[in-house]
Amino acid sequence: MILFVLKRLAIAIPTLLVLIILSFVLMKVAPGNPFTGEKNLPRDVLNNIYARYGLDKPLWQQLLEYIWNIVAHFDFGPSFKYKDRSVNEIIAQGFPVTLTYGFWAFIVAAGIGISMGVIAAVKQNSWADYLAVGVTIGGQVIPNFVLAPILVLIFTLWLHWLPGGGWNDGKWNYVVMPVIALSATYLANIARITRSSMLEVLHSNFIRTARAKGLPGWKVVIKHALKPALLPVVSYLGPVFVGMITGSVVIDLYFSTGGIGQWFVNSALNRDYSTMLGVTILLGALTIAGNLVVDVLYAWIDPKIRY
Amino acid sequence: MLAETRVETPTRSAEPELAPAAPIKGRSLWQDAGARFVRNRAALVSVIVLVTIVLFTFVGPFFAAWSIEKIDWSIIGMVAQKGQPSLATGHYFGADEVGRDLYSRVIQGTQISLAVGILGSAVAVIVGTLYGAVAGYFGGRLDSAMMRFVDIIYSIPFLFILILMLIMFGRSFVVLFMGIGLISWLGMSRVVRGQTLTLKNREFVEAAIATGVKPLAVVFRHIVPNLLGIVVVYATLLIPEIILLESFISFLGLGIQEPNTSLGALISDGAQTMQYGELWQLGFPLAFFVVILFSFFFAGDGLRDALDPKDR
Repeated sequence: MILFVLKRLAIAIPTLLVLIILSFVLMKVAPGNPFTGEKNLPRDVLNNIYARYGLDKPLWQQLLEYIWNIVAHFDFGPSFKYKDRSVNEIIAQGFPVTLTYGFWAFIVAAGIGISMGVIAAVKQNSWADYLAVGVTIGGQVIPNFVLAPILVLIFTLWLHWLPGGGWNDGKWNYVVMPVIALSATYLANIARITRSSMLEVLHSNFIRTARAKGLPGWKVVIKHALKPALLPVVSYLGPVFVGMITGSVVIDLYFSTGGIGQWFVNSALNRDYSTMLGVTILLGALTIAGNLVVDVLYAWIDPKIRY
Repeated sequence: MLAETRVETPTRSAEPELAPAAPIKGRSLWQDAGARFVRNRAALVSVIVLVTIVLFTFVGPFFAAWSIEKIDWSIIGMVAQKGQPSLATGHYFGADEVGRDLYSRVIQGTQISLAVGILGSAVAVIVGTLYGAVAGYFGGRLDSAMMRFVDIIYSIPFLFILILMLIMFGRSFVVLFMGIGLISWLGMSRVVRGQTLTLKNREFVEAAIATGVKPLAVVFRHIVPNLLGIVVVYATLLIPEIILLESFISFLGLGIQEPNTSLGALISDGAQTMQYGELWQLGFPLAFFVVILFSFFFAGDGLRDALDPKDR
């Protein structure tokens, strides 16, 4: 087990480094920088600005300092666009928002997805099953950036039930639509995976034995069938995690929640390179860490895959 | 089985010179697969729908009353009332927020989305197949080094790198296309490598080696052609994924730039103006988008059923 964790770490750490170096180099080789605008600044002024942001040093030194600041101080440097702000402050402001609805979306996707899949499998070919299958198909072809406008159309423009955007410190009615839009695809996939693996487990011998010795139906499902049936779901949690992080960019932008994704897109449009770099690295590191945790979790539950 | 595919044994007639025996027709594996594909209704319909859409994007412009860039000044500012889809004004799909014809723009958007998907998939096929076949065939250290590299690149959240590239090098078709190509071959190379591992121990490869064919020639002449089936399936399933990816980026406003457009960009525009009641601006691109995605998924599924050797 320890060997497996070490092996996984041996991939995760270089990945993280490649991510940082790649995004950093991309930022540097791009023609121009945020300070070469329409107004041509005098040479001296430009040099002062470069010195302020450390842009006058050789490239490798900038890179090493950048990595060192992140690793040692968790410091992503100043924002190029907002003079009075550091990238850390921007992250501190946007990240809790994204985290809040991301957390709820995860709970909703896993909770409803799993229960839906279990019920569909236990009551195969009932209306509940057909409902689950319908949700599954719908969720798979409608991406979050299509679902979000449709939700706003229905609940904000036609029914006037929910606000169409904003955050308002996370009041419940502002959180509902982001959570639905973000979780739908994953809810559908989790339901589909749970249903098919539950069906397989319910037809296995040990379940027949459990039923034969007279256990009540629900007890068989919960105590005996659920755990093995959830294994494939655990392996899918990695993609869910990654998808939610990238999906949050759309949600933040569309619902103007002020979350990290909105900052990311705005910084991209404003050529605020340092914010873009910081957010890319943060979200990328989260993705990598999430994958690592899921892999380890899976290996812990199912010893067979610890090759 | 189809009735007409059964091979007729030539009848031994009394006067063979009068009734020449029908030549015996064999069936190749590809014909078999073709027959299996045609029997899958959903897949067949999907292909017909896709072909229709592609034809429409080429024929459609001849019926357009308005060009892509031309602005209809008579409706500007009153798009919600006057820009509705109608045959009389020539805006069959309505007009967009600045008075351009949506019919022409949807055609262009569909074309660009399809082009990105198909070209991106083509890059994945070429690079991924060669990379995977070489890694799988030569094995050993080379294989582990090449696949470890893929592992590392694969676990980088490439969407962000792609967005970074688009910002750095300008939001052009070429950059978008190169970025997508860079990501999309990874999965393909894994699939191809796995398939190559099983192929390389087969007798025909052994025979080729025994007759002195050089290693690289074995890969190109004997391994790669036999990978074709699985590659076609994966390429078909990759196209909708790339279209989704492109639309995602265009939705964020970071993809294709004006005056060009793609379905993702049109959906994004439509999503912003639906509050004024201009629902057609969301509806038409969305309908094309969903139909195209559905069709590619079903066609890919059908191809997999038809070509996947496991199911035979």
